[in-house]
Amino acid sequence: MNCRAEVLEISVEGRQVEEAMLAVLHTILLHRSTGKFHYKKEGTYSIGTVGTQDVDCDFIDFTYARVSSEELDRALRKAVGEFKDALRYSGSDGIGQISLEFYQKKKSRWPFSDECIPWEVWTIKVNVVNLANEQERQICREKVGEKLCEKIINIVEVMNRHEYLPKMPTQSEVDNVFDTGLKDVQPYLYKISYQITDSLGSSVTTTMRRLIKDTLAL
Amino acid sequence: MDTDLNSQDRKDLDKFIKFFALKFNLAIKDIPEVTHEAKKALAGQLPAVGRSMCVEISLKTSEGDSMELEIWCLEMNEKCDKEIKVSYTVYNRLSLLLKSLLAITRVTPAYRLSRKQGHEYVILYRIYFGEVQLSGLGEGFQTVRVGTVGTPLGTITLSCAYRINLAFISTRQFERTPPIMGIIIDHFVDRPYPSSSPMHPCNYRTSGEENGAAYPSVEDSQEVCTTSFSTSPPSQCVFTVTKAHFQTPPPVLMDTLKVPMMGLAFSHQLSSSRISYQPAALGVGSADMGYPVIFAGGLNAAHPHQLIVPGKEGGVPPVPSQPAHGTQADHERMVMCTPLDGALYSAATPSSSEDTETVSNSSEGKSGSPHNLLETIFVRKVGAFVNKPINQVTMASLDIPFAMFAPKNVELEDNDPMVNPPDSPDVESPLQGSLHSEGSSGSSTGNTHDDFVMVDFKPAFSKDDILPMDLGTFYREFQNPPQLSSLSIDIGAQSMAEDLDSLPEKLAVHEKNVKEFDAFVETLQ
Repeated sequence: MNCRAEVLEISVEGRQVEEAMLAVLHTILLHRSTGKFHYKKEGTYSIGTVGTQDVDCDFIDFTYARVSSEELDRALRKAVGEFKDALRYSGSDGIGQISLEFYQKKKSRWPFSDECIPWEVWTIKVNVVNLANEQERQICREKVGEKLCEKIINIVEVMNRHEYLPKMPTQSEVDNVFDTGLKDVQPYLYKISYQITDSLGSSVTTTMRRLIKDTLAL
Repeated sequence: MDTDLNSQDRKDLDKFIKFFALKFNLAIKDIPEVTHEAKKALAGQLPAVGRSMCVEISLKTSEGDSMELEIWCLEMNEKCDKEIKVSYTVYNRLSLLLKSLLAITRVTPAYRLSRKQGHEYVILYRIYFGEVQLSGLGEGFQTVRVGTVGTPLGTITLSCAYRINLAFISTRQFERTPPIMGIIIDHFVDRPYPSSSPMHPCNYRTSGEENGAAYPSVEDSQEVCTTSFSTSPPSQCVFTVTKAHFQTPPPVLMDTLKVPMMGLAFSHQLSSSRISYQPAALGVGSADMGYPVIFAGGLNAAHPHQLIVPGKEGGVPPVPSQPAHGTQADHERMVMCTPLDGALYSAATPSSSEDTETVSNSSEGKSGSPHNLLETIFVRKVGAFVNKPINQVTMASLDIPFAMFAPKNVELEDNDPMVNPPDSPDVESPLQGSLHSEGSSGSSTGNTHDDFVMVDFKPAFSKDDILPMDLGTFYREFQNPPQLSSLSIDIGAQSMAEDLDSLPEKLAVHEKNVKEFDAFVETLQ
């Protein structure tokens, strides 16, 4: 199956990385999450409700809506925090990318482990800039806010093309499609990975290590 | 076409579309007014071809100018998708559309404006059916298509057209400016509008807290909600005295709003803030207070003899108020109250029984007790999304103490409390003592606040029999010393001209003596 790939690029200041990434990732996950499924005996299911809340950014003139799930927020913050630290300490010139991949699991026969088949990948390329004075920072606040508005509109446009989405699973298959581990929301199965481009232009192989680890952990 | 869709699907589709128009799938708390309006506009019908459901967002300033900011449009066209499953795909896609709507609403320029609405302007909404009217959006407006959902009966499209030319706004300075006298814009209903449907305010839900800085984030998952049109509080504002910084004297000046009571929920929590002189007895010892300092006290209508200091965390400690006494000619008095944590405010124990004059706070009359001395001043509660008007009014430095009590509101001057520092020996400044007159004749010149009139001057520490000259007399005499002659204007003007004329001569003389000067300079080196 073809995997849909979308790429977003943004330039931010160092302290804006976290909020910008969270804004984009949360917006994507808002669209790719449903309420918890409650299966009933007859093979039907009902869907719980999903709450949303607004988040104001401190370093960017921007507000975004996210799913009201603390667990999900924590997971995203953890991933974004790692990305931010990697960007800061890599010694690179501040270019990196973070990827949010939605996948489906396909059970394989023993001895092979389950396959993860991505069906949508969002890649956010980040370019960190350094600013000299407060005035530039203020301008950057507003500019990045406007850029993020554009990104959100892009995301929404893609979401509403109604391209491939996994079929709604039966009760036995639900863990192959959705992440049922959270208690208040049910996003599609996803994983987050990142890459830092060092100054030589070649990418560090954290992504590969991560993917291998994830595959083995399944 | 109808026969192609079985009745159950048709019912489901209608239900979904109707719910989408109102609310859908997400835990969205309904704001009853908005639901009511939407239902009224829908009037039992659904968006259909040629009959779109439009929501118009506009801004209206306190001067009455208005401007359309956005128009959200739910349209139906004839392009059908017969294959689609109503109860499953359409449902999911409509719910996705609603999430997209939530995301997009935070992204348009009007959102930022709506977060800052308050005194200068308010945001209004209007729901109508029919043709979309985009003409009010000015030139170069942008359109965002939020999404489309195909159904067997047609394709539903949700789009937003928003104004980008906000030049009108930028000239109007919608930044934070402190209102001199607060004008409270109450519920702003404007009718009738050209399209004959009334505008309604978009108000943000109040958080019930006073910290306007923290916008209320809606709570947890299953319960939570947000809506496209959030509501703000009606424009009641309550200032709270932020007593966070007690280490240093809080020269926080707050403006006072004397607003007629609106019969609101403030019946039991009225706070008055008043500029007052903070005696150094409080142990703060600020010598550099160039101007008087705020004190805020409150009045509890339920317990008229209690003073409540608002803004204290966890509630408001009642403090017994003190009986009145008249002080100055202007009958102003102020009672200091002690919060229970013993913070800055010292218990005021104005030495009692000296003055039997009482001033009843009749005009505010909430408590109705003759012993209520504090002016009941309404302060504004800043709503959650209201840009908190600056609660610090800078006062010009004053030569004459308490000149700022110059009339703000003539009719209430009788009731203006003023600082009445305790008449205690450890009061440092002699000036303080001057304010506390014992058995003052209390001439009721309450209405003349142009000059600070000291009726009787009894400075502390001074006793007539020790000093040949009374400290008070000394003070009075030298309070307004005459101008230095060299600084007086007349002489100055004349001599200036003379000086200028004589400059060349002086220069010539100095040039002659250059050698002497040089020798002098060398001796210094």
